[in-house]
Amino acid sequence: MKDFMLLIRGGEMDETNSSPEQMQAHMADWQKWMGGLAEQGILLGGEPLHNEGKTLFEYGKKVVDRPLTEGKELVGGYVMLKADSLDQACELAKGCPGFDLNCAIEVREVMTMDAGQG
Amino acid sequence: MSHREIQSQIDHLFRQEAGKMVAVLVHIFGASNFELAEDVVQETLLTALKTWRLKGIPTYPKAWLYRVSKNKAIDLLRKRKHHPLFSQEGIAQQLLNSGYTIHAQMDAYWEPQHITDDFLGMMFACCHPSISQENQVTFMLKVLGGFSIQEIANAFITSNAVISKRLLRTKDFFRKEQIKPRLPREEELSKRINSVTSCIYLLFNEGYKSTHSTTLVRQDLIDHAIYLTKTLLENEKTRFSSVYALMALFHFQGARTKSRVSSEGKLIVLKDQDRSVWDQLLIAKGRVYLNHSLQGPLSSYHLEAGIAYEHCKAKHFKDTNWDVILAHYDKLVSMTKDPVVALHRALVIMEKEGAPAALTEIEAIEQHHVLQSYYVYHAALGELFFRLQAIKRAIFHLKKALSLCSAPLEKHYLNEKIEQLSALS
Repeated sequence: MKDFMLLIRGGEMDETNSSPEQMQAHMADWQKWMGGLAEQGILLGGEPLHNEGKTLFEYGKKVVDRPLTEGKELVGGYVMLKADSLDQACELAKGCPGFDLNCAIEVREVMTMDAGQG
Repeated sequence: MSHREIQSQIDHLFRQEAGKMVAVLVHIFGASNFELAEDVVQETLLTALKTWRLKGIPTYPKAWLYRVSKNKAIDLLRKRKHHPLFSQEGIAQQLLNSGYTIHAQMDAYWEPQHITDDFLGMMFACCHPSISQENQVTFMLKVLGGFSIQEIANAFITSNAVISKRLLRTKDFFRKEQIKPRLPREEELSKRINSVTSCIYLLFNEGYKSTHSTTLVRQDLIDHAIYLTKTLLENEKTRFSSVYALMALFHFQGARTKSRVSSEGKLIVLKDQDRSVWDQLLIAKGRVYLNHSLQGPLSSYHLEAGIAYEHCKAKHFKDTNWDVILAHYDKLVSMTKDPVVALHRALVIMEKEGAPAALTEIEAIEQHHVLQSYYVYHAALGELFFRLQAIKRAIFHLKKALSLCSAPLEKHYLNEKIEQLSALS
């Protein structure tokens, strides 16, 4: 099995326009999805990210007070899991509740540097 | 509502809810973090007290307490995320670790069904067979009853240091053995229930017999024992016939508390009690529990409940059906082999057949010597020799009883009896 990172962009819940019940139901969906991955023993971890951030450019010399991309492109969180292949990781990613809010997920395999290639 | 009423409502609520919250939090944090769970509950109750004093008691106070506890637990988990002690089991740990799932996972722990399961599980954990009964009762009061160390020390006339030591020892045991607050497996349940019922029985008796404490703590102990028994009956897995019998017994005893003490605070013996103040509603309820209990195997509580019920049924002392009571005692003696039970059986014989027959019975009790340090034994002999007109021997035993007795009401009673007899001799 290989490790994959799911970069979740957009699909943020609009807290001002959602009822507490809707938010609770959405959180329960996350628990169900991640709980399912955990039960299969393939969840490695994952966290939502704050919207605020800074971006460093130009060899780290230039700093801007915002994430690199914003709005729909903003990375809102990540989940790491194990899968046999990129395709399988994508299948697993399809269950993410972020899709209910039209997120985009970029699935990337984690590169492992083993001794032979190093 | 007066300030005092609010306070007593809060006290009552805290007693009932503190134990549930500790049980859930120990489930969340793990057995190694018992103190942490207790701290969170303590903080929650303090927050409630402060807020409610200003704003009044909320409409759903339980939900309020759970919510505050839940939020405090979330804060703690976030702060201690990388703490090595903090090891939840696999999946739950992973879901509590992620911001995506921590809230929903936390909510699941606080669903009503889970709260009751954890509370029941904690009851069985507190009564783990490897913990001494003394420590079981202490732990149960502290953890599940929300009693303070001071209150428990008062209830058992001992020092705070002794109680603290007992609690510490039990917590160490939990940590070392990684005891989890879970219901035992079904095949073990029927065995493990016995240590739970006997612990609750002790709790009730401590309250009922007033051996140690002041009136206030006494009622609290009784209420708590009944509350724990009710919780057992509410779950179909722990609804054993012995539990029904225990509940019946508590009702038949509880129905008669009012007549046991006079308005001047003096103890009244069964013969002289005003039976018109016995709580008929409680007796009727007790009968329902007793009926339920008859569907399963016989336990000592069945027999004790049967005896108490016979007393409840008799309109006057002279109407008491001693034959039935004696038959129950016969079974109880052969079941328990307890010399104290045999002593009480002998007292039934004293009522039924007279003092000489009772004396023969007492002398025939096996392990007779165990009774020597038991004040009821000497008080009984005092009464017995008084009936035999052996006043000097009666006084000797009453004095002996007095020296062994620590309950204020009983002591007062014995003192008066000694005075009366001394005037006769």
